[in-house]
Amino acid sequence: MEKETIYFDNAASTRMDERVLSAMKPYLFDVYAVATSEFGYSLGIEAREALDDARENILSALGNPAGKLIFTSGSTESSNIAIKGVVKKLSGKKGNHVIVSKIEDFPVLNSAKSLEREGFKVTYLDVDKYGLVDMDQFKDSISKETILVSIQHANQEIGTIQDIKTIGEICRKNNIVFHSDATHSFMRVPMDLSKLGVDLLTISAHTIHGPKGIGALFLREGVSIAKWIDGGFQEFDLRAGVENIPGAVGFAKAVELVTEEENERLGNLRDYLIEKVQNEIPYVTPNGHPEKRVPHNANITFHYVEGESITLHLDMKGFSVSTGSACFSKSLEASHVILGIGGDHERAHGSVRFTLGRFNKKEDVDGIVKALKEIVSQLRAISPLKGEKVR
Amino acid sequence: MNFPYNEKVLEHFKNPRNVGSIEDPDGKSTEGSPACGDMVSVYIKVEEDAKRIKDIKFESYGCASNIATGSIITELAKGKTLDEAKNISWQEASDALGGLPKIKTHCSVLAVDGLRAAIRNYEEKHGLIKERISTTKEIVLKRLRHVMNPLAGLDLVRTNLITGIKVENGIVEVTVDLPEGHQFANNIREEIMEKIESLWDINKVIVNFNG
Repeated sequence: MEKETIYFDNAASTRMDERVLSAMKPYLFDVYAVATSEFGYSLGIEAREALDDARENILSALGNPAGKLIFTSGSTESSNIAIKGVVKKLSGKKGNHVIVSKIEDFPVLNSAKSLEREGFKVTYLDVDKYGLVDMDQFKDSISKETILVSIQHANQEIGTIQDIKTIGEICRKNNIVFHSDATHSFMRVPMDLSKLGVDLLTISAHTIHGPKGIGALFLREGVSIAKWIDGGFQEFDLRAGVENIPGAVGFAKAVELVTEEENERLGNLRDYLIEKVQNEIPYVTPNGHPEKRVPHNANITFHYVEGESITLHLDMKGFSVSTGSACFSKSLEASHVILGIGGDHERAHGSVRFTLGRFNKKEDVDGIVKALKEIVSQLRAISPLKGEKVR
Repeated sequence: MNFPYNEKVLEHFKNPRNVGSIEDPDGKSTEGSPACGDMVSVYIKVEEDAKRIKDIKFESYGCASNIATGSIITELAKGKTLDEAKNISWQEASDALGGLPKIKTHCSVLAVDGLRAAIRNYEEKHGLIKERISTTKEIVLKRLRHVMNPLAGLDLVRTNLITGIKVENGIVEVTVDLPEGHQFANNIREEIMEKIESLWDINKVIVNFNG
């Protein structure tokens, strides 16, 4: 890399905080033993204590709910364990129906599709124009056969936060297990699991300036899942394999480093970005809910232009963002989230996601809006779509 | 820096040649639609005697490869006779750009189609279509290959959405395997009409949805 990248894709992944690396280092070079039982040797006991501490600290950030925190390789694995583990445990005993929203991220969506291929019935709930799940449809779709509901806490693309509290209450009342993917809201939005009816929660480290390759699944007391990986007895005999202790320690450190002030700063910066774009660039539509949204996400459609062209121009100027345009994806499919909120392909094609992180400054926002203004006007000038409105 | 395209493509993307529209063009076309993602308009001015393209401009609502191909195709076509320009292939355009990613064929082929359609438009307007071939099912099918299925980003034929074509007494009837109330039904209907109506012996186009 020749010049510094100004990174606005923190929902995809983040730059790790140096302090996280410092916390991890001793567990790579000094306390490198596997976690042994309390009757093992001292280096192993030290490793186990570090693992237990990390677990405890993350649970405490979730409000100390009664249950287990299972470390995984990341949120994709967590959601896979949650959905397939619950279904495997309950199928044959209860029903065969699962409910998800249609704007879930791929780990949940494709786990649901995989269950469907195995013969399960899956309901994909519609969302309104802001991305909120249709609660009437949700209640109506519940039947005696329903064994699992998986509805995300916040959306990966447009940042909309679901009413997890009400969804949890409905699940409790109907005795249905409730999983929520909180990859994009964990630590960015207050979450007290001791007060929410969430039975399983997916979280990840690399979206909050922690290391890649580590995530976790919270499993509430009394909810059981089938063993996910066979082998030893690690992770409560649910996920075998040598524990990623440096990762777990780094994860806990990353959790510790997120503060309310930081989230407030990101929220203000995000509002500043959206306002500046709206003031300086015509024909834009912000996507997602105006209030019920994570503080670090802005998603904006720039009409009459295509997203990949915007991201490539931005990239050449040193800014990293992502888009819901089909041309940006390997599959050439437009964003299922923007289509899910009732947007047409044009809206998806021109959508750009900006996600902020710890290292973004106000100048970065000024810089990217200045660049966007030039790029969008250049692309609109060559677009046959400009029509009367833009001229 | 590791960009997804080679330098030549990036250069044409950043500074596309022959951009804009021509007032009162001799030939004009629009391929693709916003519903499908990419869209290209091509305008040509033709030297009447020599049948040579003396000016060409394009507009693009599309991704980088779409813009770059539009740019290179106008460079390649300028000064060529209509017959020469008609034969410029996607491969030639791609080669002139030093190669395009394969997955981007769909986005870039649109510019090539746009040029050919603008030439055809000129020829139709000037009565230059020499062989007046009667429209057949095959001809209709060929044109439907240029109508996109917005759900897949590929054309209707390739995605098996065309379940019936009838050509009789100047009337073409096309059946699409989508429900009448489908979100893209109207877009698709309009595009089919546009592509088929211009055939010289067709007076009416009927599009049915029965998915």
